[in-house]
Amino acid sequence: MPQLDTDLAAVGAGLDALDAPSQERRPSIGKRFVRTAVPPLIAFALLLGVWQALWAMALWPEYQLPSPASVWAAVAEAIQTGRAFEVLWTSVSRAVLGFLTAVVIATPLGLLIAKVRVVRAAIGSLLTGLQSLPSVAWVPAGILWFGATPATIYFVVLMGSVPSIANGLVSGVDQIPPLLPRVGQALGASRLAAARHILLPAALPGYLAGLKQGWAFSWRSLMAAEIIATSPQLGEGLGQYLHNGSALNDISMVIAAIFLILLVGVGIELLVFRPLERAVLRARGLTGAL
Amino acid sequence: MTATLETPAAVSDVDAAVTLSGVRKVFGHGPNGVVALDGVDLSVAPGEFVCLLGASGCGKSTLLNLVAGLDAPTSGSIEVTTSRPAVMFQEAALMPWLTAARNVELPLRLAGLKRGPRREKASELLSLVRLVGAGHKRPHELSGGMRQRVALARALASTLGSAEEGTPGLLLMDEPFAALDAITRDVLQAELVRVWRETSTAILFVTHDVREAVRLGQRVVLLSSRPGRVVREWSTVDCDEPAVIEDITTHLREVISGHAAA
Repeated sequence: MPQLDTDLAAVGAGLDALDAPSQERRPSIGKRFVRTAVPPLIAFALLLGVWQALWAMALWPEYQLPSPASVWAAVAEAIQTGRAFEVLWTSVSRAVLGFLTAVVIATPLGLLIAKVRVVRAAIGSLLTGLQSLPSVAWVPAGILWFGATPATIYFVVLMGSVPSIANGLVSGVDQIPPLLPRVGQALGASRLAAARHILLPAALPGYLAGLKQGWAFSWRSLMAAEIIATSPQLGEGLGQYLHNGSALNDISMVIAAIFLILLVGVGIELLVFRPLERAVLRARGLTGAL
Repeated sequence: MTATLETPAAVSDVDAAVTLSGVRKVFGHGPNGVVALDGVDLSVAPGEFVCLLGASGCGKSTLLNLVAGLDAPTSGSIEVTTSRPAVMFQEAALMPWLTAARNVELPLRLAGLKRGPRREKASELLSLVRLVGAGHKRPHELSGGMRQRVALARALASTLGSAEEGTPGLLLMDEPFAALDAITRDVLQAELVRVWRETSTAILFVTHDVREAVRLGQRVVLLSSRPGRVVREWSTVDCDEPAVIEDITTHLREVISGHAAA
């Protein structure tokens, strides 16, 4: 019998070696840099070239189309005086705080909508509808309710990002293979433990997509709120900086502000969400989109 | 297969791991109700390996769900004297975001075990199913047979790991090898018998494959279809295997052809 047993072990080991999927190797860092960083840099350089050419042709007056150099000068000046950092800090800290609050509100809300039929029937469509409502629409109401205070700004940010995050979580939960919650039940998970150990991790890809969209919505809601609601009480964020540029008829400053707004959006996406998404999908063997 | 079982001393005072008496399960209500199981009496001794055999619609999976406590019978009683029964499905159903070892740890974690003993128990079970080096791998990096062995280790962790030391376990298996290729299935059947002997866990194994049932079980129970009832049972300990297979196949065919008129 022991002889037979070792035979079985050997056959099993052989099968494992034959059947296990082969590992795909990640390309080297240099190759990955060339593949991911070079194309956007070339696109950016081309854009700059077209801009410079259009400016050089002098089709529009200088106060409508500034040169790349004068926009860069506006950015450089804002950086040198430290104003850029103050403005960026004010806005980014507001957006991050608003976004985190939205996560805290939207996560239980999304779970409730996904798992409780009555709640889904009652507010599911409303939440989806809210996503298509531009959050700028809340600014006048916010000013009437809270005055030109930070409360208005946070209110607008929340109205923008909560629906996205909750909806992302709902679709994430809806896409869980039905066998996994049953396995959880069979393994003896209580409702709460099942949510923590099975539901949430299984819904993570959808949830993450919702978070990504929620961040984008909270950032642009914040900009809308800052551009419209300006008062000395509110301090100077990126939106106010842009608003001031427009009030001063300084097109370079306006474009510099837009550039900074874009820079934050792209930066957070590349530094936070892209790596997170990659790690989550790669761990599950979903490498197709990467 | 001449599987003689050394009865473990610790469980000799309990006469059955699970007892079903007069179990009836109806899905739906009134005239539209479908009777899945009717008057099922069955008992599995501690450490016994019982195969439930039947064609489609015999309510095999319903029966397992009832024993697992995932569903309640319409009438009749089910008495489980072991620790929490563990279920293994046709698909491994591993959590794709957890490594193999973490998947095995999951039921222990749900039972509130501390990290140290959890790790220890999981690596013990992984070596029992011969997956010592694969603990750090994710499900998508494993073959179908390896995944099913991780699922077996997880099921064992669920029924043995959380209970007191020495409490007998009960493993419910719902056609766990049906989706595997023939060679892998053959190896896994042998592995399952080995693991069963080493752990002395009672197993209730559902299949529609007569050979598999006779090869694995000490006892084969044939269920009729719509509604499921126990038709007959065979002991396969020290039996003439081909003869029993033939006899069971004949009965199974009779049960199935009984539905042709309806």
